[in-house]
Amino acid sequence: MTPVFYILAILTLAGGLAAVTLKNTVHCALALTVAFAGLALFFLQLDAQFAGFAQILIYIGAVAILVVFAILLTRSSEAEASGGILSRHWLAGLIIAAAVFAVLGWAILRGAQALPQESAVPAVTVHQIGTALMGRYVLPLEIVALLLTSALIGAVIVAMHEKESAK
Amino acid sequence: MLGEGLLKGLAETARNFAGSFVSEERLTTVQYPEERVAPIENTRDFPFLVYDGDDWHAGMRCVACQICEKECPPKCIYIEKSKDKKPDYVGKPQIYPARFDIDISVCMSCQICVEVCPFEAIKMDTQFELSTADRFGGLLLDKQQLAKSNEYYHEIHPTEAAEVDARLAEEKAKTEAKARAAAAAAAAKAGAPAPAAKAAPAVDKPAAVPKSADLAAPVPKPSENKPESPAKPDQGGAPDS
Amino acid sequence: MIERLDQIFILLRDWLVHFLPANWQAVVATVLNVVAIIAVFPTLFALVTVMERKGLGRMQNRFGPNRVGPYGLFQPVADGIKALTKEDVVPFRADTIVHFVAPLVLVVAVFMGFSVLPMGRNMVLADMDAGLLFFFAMGASTELSVFMAGWSSRNKYSLLGAMRAVAQMISYEVPLLMSGLAVVMISGSLTLSKIVEAQNRYTFGLPHWYVFTPWGFAGLVLFSIAAMAETNRSPFDLPEGESELVAGYFTEYSGFKFALFFLGEYVGMFSIAGMGATLFLGGWSAPLAILNWVPSWIWFFGKLMIAMCLFIWIRGTMPRLRQDQLMNFAWKFVIPMTLVNLFVAALWRFVGPGWARWVVCWAILIAFYVLMGQTILRRRGLGPRSYRYAE
Repeated sequence: MTPVFYILAILTLAGGLAAVTLKNTVHCALALTVAFAGLALFFLQLDAQFAGFAQILIYIGAVAILVVFAILLTRSSEAEASGGILSRHWLAGLIIAAAVFAVLGWAILRGAQALPQESAVPAVTVHQIGTALMGRYVLPLEIVALLLTSALIGAVIVAMHEKESAK
Repeated sequence: MLGEGLLKGLAETARNFAGSFVSEERLTTVQYPEERVAPIENTRDFPFLVYDGDDWHAGMRCVACQICEKECPPKCIYIEKSKDKKPDYVGKPQIYPARFDIDISVCMSCQICVEVCPFEAIKMDTQFELSTADRFGGLLLDKQQLAKSNEYYHEIHPTEAAEVDARLAEEKAKTEAKARAAAAAAAAKAGAPAPAAKAAPAVDKPAAVPKSADLAAPVPKPSENKPESPAKPDQGGAPDS
Repeated sequence: MIERLDQIFILLRDWLVHFLPANWQAVVATVLNVVAIIAVFPTLFALVTVMERKGLGRMQNRFGPNRVGPYGLFQPVADGIKALTKEDVVPFRADTIVHFVAPLVLVVAVFMGFSVLPMGRNMVLADMDAGLLFFFAMGASTELSVFMAGWSSRNKYSLLGAMRAVAQMISYEVPLLMSGLAVVMISGSLTLSKIVEAQNRYTFGLPHWYVFTPWGFAGLVLFSIAAMAETNRSPFDLPEGESELVAGYFTEYSGFKFALFFLGEYVGMFSIAGMGATLFLGGWSAPLAILNWVPSWIWFFGKLMIAMCLFIWIRGTMPRLRQDQLMNFAWKFVIPMTLVNLFVAALWRFVGPGWARWVVCWAILIAFYVLMGQTILRRRGLGPRSYRYAE
């Protein structure tokens, strides 16, 4: 638990909190981007270079943009959220969130006890990731590729369909 | 082939780039204000008043007829006639403009004043570097600033000036011929008493330099020639001022 | 002696640092490296702005700026003074924090990209294992700043420009990455210094640069196209075209913030050109083995300047692409070409050395290019125009 860890933790948590509490939706999206950046820095701090840079490239470079486009194209940023940020059923939400957090925390702590205590985490090189993806995990890779392709085709069909119906 | 047009375009630009260092036609920039392009002859910017001879005041062709003032669309000319007459370049007493102001911030260079002037007194200049720091007074040109010599007019608009001079000389020659004919007729008719009086205006005309405002000559003519020829369709269109 | 000239900056830094106690040396050395990058690239930016204006002028049959200083070389100083002394106008309803932060994010993301470029032998700021990925990750972060700039101005036209710019940048990320991917496949690592080392070999005096291979040549062309589109450079500068949307997403920026955007754009151009030089043109290696006595950083910056000249040349030649033409070009031409390029690179590796692979690879690339060309031209029905006059 080095000072760097604490700084990054504060950054990520602040980003996450801001993402749910800010009124302006686009501000929330930008705060979410800060949270993503914090996560990427965590990965880098743990020497997982590929994961960290892929996080930046994909989450900040594509997912955040997607979120922002979605906000803009649905024009909800014009109307400022009125009536406070808390919904009416905030108590139920709090209980459910606490329950999920408890489950996650228990799972992580129990899993951490089961890990062998090593002095240093071996750096996973890109070569190893590549070999693993093409060897042991090739089936999940291909399934994910199929999923992405179907999403792409679906997006194109939806967009084309809209164009035709607009005619 | 796809991409052929792109390569041709790139070649053209490269030719321009390389050529701009060596050939004149690929770099046609004139570095103003160190170099200037000479204005072509039909350039027109703002009007100026032509004078003949050396004295701008005495030789000015303008007789304050105020036609240009009336015709000017934005009314940028302001003329005040003089109370007296002063001898012009030829020696003829003429009304002259006591004040002739043109506001060049208003002038739109339409050249109407030049087109209507019967005395070829106002012409278009080619100067455009007239900016001053004084936005109002500095752009109001008075008579002295507007007066430029006939030699200058020849420099800036050679063919036009030559044509104007030819026309004026021709009119002058015609009026001289008429005056000589009238003098001869009067001399023949009146015999002894007339020549002394008639000789004076007849003597004036040969002394006039060919390009002067010799339309001054016809002006006393109607009064003089009334006994000889009642109707005198005018040669140079000299209106009564 | 040649060695020392080649490593002169490293030696200079080490000499400056050895005065300090041992545990400070590493930190100060890194700081000096960073200072060097921050000093060199903005100066180069100033030089390139003048070069661009004069180059464009000459291509358009006119002088460029030639009043300030000899041959106009002090023009950037005049521009800098102008940018600094202009009033910083922020629209009343603009989002002040986001408006302020957007140029900062752009400049930071763009300068981070320089930390992995090998600018000479042993002259990398941070020799990371996944250096290439880091570079592209930083490139992706610039899109976010473009969007922030456009949105925070509360101006419909800025927003339009920002959306177009982001759509363009996302579309061209894919060919940018994939043309770099062929290089990664062949050289076997994401580390940029290793990629340059792999190209630093010579046969018969000619270098092993990847651009001399079929897939490398196609890769460089596709990389340049994608690089021009990523940095919003003509002919892909619709988002910031002056006649289109005033200035697009940075309409509402004035004074120093505009200068920062301008700086960010040009420095982004440098970093992407540097990346292209590293991946395809051999980075800091010399073109012929006998020219190895010239210092390596001179070769790197020379290639960078040649890439700049190419960018300026293309800017002066081609008209701007319309948004739909741009996107069509990306998705329907460039991406299929990059996929074929990847396939050809794989074929190159598995056919093995010899003359066979040259023939096969060139044949596939040229055949595919001609096929695509025919399809596109036929579909568009280009030909001599037919005119219909009003009767």
